[in-house]
Amino acid sequence: MAIKTYREAITEALMIEMDRDERVIIMGEDVAGGAGGSSGVRDNQSGIFGTYPQFHARYGENRFIDTPISEAAIVGAAAGAALAGLRPVVEIMFADFIGYCLDQIMNQAAKFRYMFGGTSRTPMVLRTAYGAGLSAAAQHSQAIYPIITHIPGIKVAVPSKPADVKGLMLTAIRDDDPVVFFDHKALFGVQGEVPEGDTAIPFGKGMRYREGKDATVVAIGRMVHFSEAVVDKLAKEGGITCDVIDPRTTSPLDEDIILASVQKTGRLIIVDESPPRCSVAGDISAMVAMKGFEFLDAPIQMVTSAHSPVPFAPNLERAYLPSGAKIEEAIRKSVDF
Amino acid sequence: MQLSREQLLKAYRQMKTIREFEDRLHEEIPKGLIPGFTHLYSGQEAIAVGVCENLNDSDAITSTHRGHGHCIAKGCDVKGMMAEIYGRATGLCGGKGGSMHIADLSKGMLGANGIVGGGPPLAMGASIAFRNRGKGEVAVALAGDGSCNSGPVFEAMNMAVMMSLPVIFVFENNGYSEQTAPAYAVGAGKTDMVRRAEGFGMPASKADGTDFFAVYEMTREAVERARTGGGPTALEFTCLRYFGHFEGDAQKYRAKGEVEMARETMDCLKNFRKRVTDAKLLENAEMDQVDAEVLKLIDEAVAEAIAAPFPPDSDVTKNVYINY
Repeated sequence: MAIKTYREAITEALMIEMDRDERVIIMGEDVAGGAGGSSGVRDNQSGIFGTYPQFHARYGENRFIDTPISEAAIVGAAAGAALAGLRPVVEIMFADFIGYCLDQIMNQAAKFRYMFGGTSRTPMVLRTAYGAGLSAAAQHSQAIYPIITHIPGIKVAVPSKPADVKGLMLTAIRDDDPVVFFDHKALFGVQGEVPEGDTAIPFGKGMRYREGKDATVVAIGRMVHFSEAVVDKLAKEGGITCDVIDPRTTSPLDEDIILASVQKTGRLIIVDESPPRCSVAGDISAMVAMKGFEFLDAPIQMVTSAHSPVPFAPNLERAYLPSGAKIEEAIRKSVDF
Repeated sequence: MQLSREQLLKAYRQMKTIREFEDRLHEEIPKGLIPGFTHLYSGQEAIAVGVCENLNDSDAITSTHRGHGHCIAKGCDVKGMMAEIYGRATGLCGGKGGSMHIADLSKGMLGANGIVGGGPPLAMGASIAFRNRGKGEVAVALAGDGSCNSGPVFEAMNMAVMMSLPVIFVFENNGYSEQTAPAYAVGAGKTDMVRRAEGFGMPASKADGTDFFAVYEMTREAVERARTGGGPTALEFTCLRYFGHFEGDAQKYRAKGEVEMARETMDCLKNFRKRVTDAKLLENAEMDQVDAEVLKLIDEAVAEAIAAPFPPDSDVTKNVYINY
């Protein structure tokens, strides 16, 4: 199997769908970049995170659209275009900017199907980069997927691995419901095996990335990588082995894979980059407390970011985020209970 | 135009400080000690200074992600800014905000802003406070060409006219909205974005943003109107951004020689020097003296920032609320 980066895996999925279905269009700010510039060169850096190499040349102005900095109009346009028969993929460069277009997601795209009595389809994907770790500070670093996960009518993908990015993006574009797709901006260079061809991964199906017997670690997005490193270390040191489960989509959520693992291990640690209140970690905790209470041998542990905005200074940002040390402490606390 | 020698020399010092601050950051960023993303203001100095020389500490400005020049022009402490950009405890925001969020409320600097178009509604709101206070204070939204396509900016302009507020919307058209030119992204009138503001019912005008005197004079009229109850104004100042959208931008969209040509023929500092020496308002020697003082200040600011401590980790949850 080919080794590819997370970035290359996104590109591959987008190209498969752009090549396969002319109803798929891509819109966003600087997706090609350079429009109107003095050199006349387009595809400036293939999107701010380099995910659209030569897309402008390959797909042309009608299907690959550089927009003004107009987030509300971009997402509203995606919802409208989807109602009218296209399958738009729109980019909101940083997830924080969803603040500008939340109405279009929450009050428009999410609700059409329901409000219109099941008569409409809104096949759109909103791609966005989230997450801390680059000292991008309070307005360019947030992990806001819980806010979107909260909204009935929207599906939410938060993949951690290149293969999952590809497979989930294929599914997202083919899905007739609106999807918000969160890429972690610190993962674009991460490598992994990516299967060739049409490898769509269904939503609502998690993946177990490590297998163990002592505890279940459920991790979201970049936190899967943090958790794997800790779990590998504990296994190497001997004594503690853990399942590491990546739900891959937070809506729908694969409850079965989590409950089955907790039934086996009796212990649950959830690692989530979002702040703790009304978070995916809190949501999974509640679900397991309700549906798997009898499996639990210890209180559920949540390892989350601080209940604060994302700070700028690198040491503060590290202190804000979950870390290997915090994850290890939570696992030990659970196992030693 | 009746600027005194002291005012002229101060304006020169401010513009030079911004230029050296930004050029120094351009040199320092590759060394790896400056975290995060940094957006430089070089080439636009005459706008920040030409606008802010009309303002007092009690007047307010809002800014953008490209905010260093606005901060300096509004009187923020240069060393505190540098320390902030290095993420240090001695920074103006204690290392919490960084380059994109420098603020000093005591100077009427309501914050650089990481959200394109974030500032104009805030400035409009500040101007409600000023109107109600009745002391003639004004708010200025310094915004970029990118923000002129943002819905909340339109909403803010309409409300400003509706309430006849003392607010000025300044659009700095530096040729590129991030990596896309307004010639492409502004549908109506191509690059003439202030004509839209006229549509909201406020006076609007446009000037060469590399000409300090033009910026100063046009802003002076707008500030005078706002201070005396005449309501809002929109201004567009054209210029050219000397560096990329952020440090590290490949800038393939720019023609070869574009920046070099601008530095040669439309540089605000060069133009200012020529104007004031031709008119015998200032001597080259006194501006050379300012240059030396500015360079020393920037050297000290960098050295002190690098030597300063990082904030304690316990600061993460400090100041999330006033009271919780």
